[in-house]
Amino acid sequence: MQGNYFAKRVGQAVLTFFATVTLTFVLYQLMPGGPAQALRNQILSQQMGSSNTISPAQIEQLVENYTNLESDAPIYVQYVQYMSSVFLEFDLGESLYEDASVTSLLAERLPWSMLISVYAMVIGYTVSIVLGAVMAFKEKSRFDSVSSVVVIGLNSTPYYVAGILFIFFFSIRNTIFPTGGRVGLGVEEGFNLAFMQSIALHAALPILSMSVLGLGTALTMRGNSIRVLGEDYLRVAELRGLRNSRIATQYVGRNAILPMYTQFMIGIAGVLSSSVIVEEIFSYPGVGLLVYDAIQVRNYPVLMGSLIVFTLVTIVAILIADLTYGFIDPRISSGGNNE
Amino acid sequence: MSNEQPDDELETLFDADIDREPTPRSQRLKRQFDLYVLAPARVAMTDWRAIVGTAIITMFVLMGTVGVWLVDRPTSGDAPVLAPPFQNPNYILGTDTFGQPIGAQLIHATPDMFRMVFAGAVVSIGFAALVGILSGFLRGSKIDTILMSITDIIITIPGLPLVIVLIAIFQPGDPYVIGVLLGLDNWPGLARTVRSQVLSIREESYVEASQIMGISTGTILRRDVLAQLMPYITVNSALASRRIIFESVGLYFLGILPFTTLNWGVMMNIAYEGNALSKPDMYHFLAFPLLTIFLMSFGLVLFSQGMDSVFNVRLRARHSSTIDDDGGPET
Repeated sequence: MQGNYFAKRVGQAVLTFFATVTLTFVLYQLMPGGPAQALRNQILSQQMGSSNTISPAQIEQLVENYTNLESDAPIYVQYVQYMSSVFLEFDLGESLYEDASVTSLLAERLPWSMLISVYAMVIGYTVSIVLGAVMAFKEKSRFDSVSSVVVIGLNSTPYYVAGILFIFFFSIRNTIFPTGGRVGLGVEEGFNLAFMQSIALHAALPILSMSVLGLGTALTMRGNSIRVLGEDYLRVAELRGLRNSRIATQYVGRNAILPMYTQFMIGIAGVLSSSVIVEEIFSYPGVGLLVYDAIQVRNYPVLMGSLIVFTLVTIVAILIADLTYGFIDPRISSGGNNE
Repeated sequence: MSNEQPDDELETLFDADIDREPTPRSQRLKRQFDLYVLAPARVAMTDWRAIVGTAIITMFVLMGTVGVWLVDRPTSGDAPVLAPPFQNPNYILGTDTFGQPIGAQLIHATPDMFRMVFAGAVVSIGFAALVGILSGFLRGSKIDTILMSITDIIITIPGLPLVIVLIAIFQPGDPYVIGVLLGLDNWPGLARTVRSQVLSIREESYVEASQIMGISTGTILRRDVLAQLMPYITVNSALASRRIIFESVGLYFLGILPFTTLNWGVMMNIAYEGNALSKPDMYHFLAFPLLTIFLMSFGLVLFSQGMDSVFNVRLRARHSSTIDDDGGPET
């Protein structure tokens, strides 16, 4: 059963990735006037300043380089070529503006985005799970009602609004954190304390504002814990005289966290997606900012490439979560069906 | 909370049993109104979150309907540039860098906001309910497998980047189109939850009873399943709306969505790009749109929370085991 489940999940992940790449191909085709026309306009507007003219054949060649699409071939040939270059050569095309491949641009930026999203996820979810559990244990107390309002309030604050406020209070009014960038100027790169410190300082505000995204979980956790607290088996556990710590972690905690699993999965995609907005506010040069800059100049290959990579990262993250989930909840791996 | 409810129901049930006459339509409507509108409203009145949430949402609805009609559409040069707030009754919230009253701009941005939210909520909830109910009820069939595979695929594709790519390519200006685009990445998660809800409702004994009695699937879906899902759908439309507001304002704020309509995000963009953060005389230009989004979203979250506690009998009845099982308005 275990192997079957594993195969099914991996198969699904591959299928999903395949679907996404197909989707980007379809999007290229749906561009106003087709990919060739869209890119031709881009190239022409880029060439405006310089005097050298460009022949249609050259444009054709450029379009093919940039997007892996041979625009005069029949659609199905284009599709096969596009898919094979993405899957077999890991080639996502060339950036229209920098002299670099989309793959290398993304590879350079991705670790920085991962840094802030992973920390934001960890901080956001840890805080909200602990907070939610404490709120549930002290249900109807003053602590519960006050923190409920605070959490609802924080949850109503869009992360970009939180970001703006953080910049205002921590960077402009009090210069504790820098307003943007990922490392300070003149900091020597390498494995030294100053460099690490600079990275942490620059990442702190983006991480904080993104972790606001996960805070809604506190209320879900509170609701789940309260529900579990009302169950009969908990009373049985109490009557059996089990230690409180054991009841809290093994009975309440575990059963309250499990239903949040789906939410957590979607959270992975959500945090990564939001990096476009957060990174632009903090001018933090990660993948999000790359996407933002690509939109400004209609750099389609970079846009599509980032969509593919975003999806790939999400798929891998969810796959890992999915496969490890079997260890936490035996019901999932044995049954093989997740309802 | 609902102490009189069971007695009332018991009485009418009893009457109907004795004389076996079909209940007149008006009475049936009245009873349904009582069951689905009045009873939840009565319960809602005891929950401060529902009251405050409804009040805030009502305020925004008034802003978008009566407000637009009362306040003139702002044009640049209406008033002095960057007037501070709370000084002149003609522009209570002050004016922006073009001399447009901020309050009027906020008000005139509301109708398009509602259009966006409406389109997005209809798309996401509609898809989710359709897919979830269908595949939940056809559990194990081929249709279920196909629908769930599609859902799983779309759940994984990161929504915001996809929406951003779509916006970059097509440059939509119509609020309905933007709403639909933003709603598109919202439904798969909901559909999954709706499906599992349907699965658990199916296991309930009364649905089984209906099936044995030979009532058609369509009727069961409508009468038992959909009625059970309504509270869930209500709560989630509020959350979906909030999400669409977050995302659309965010995208307008970044200037990714073309400035075709007045929007709180557009105002924030102009203020932010004008370095409002470091200029005290521009604070209000940035602060009021921020506050507006916060308020609207706060209202929606409170509303959904309040509705959840109204509908979710299990949450409500945890400490009050005296309430009998069908004491709630919906179960």
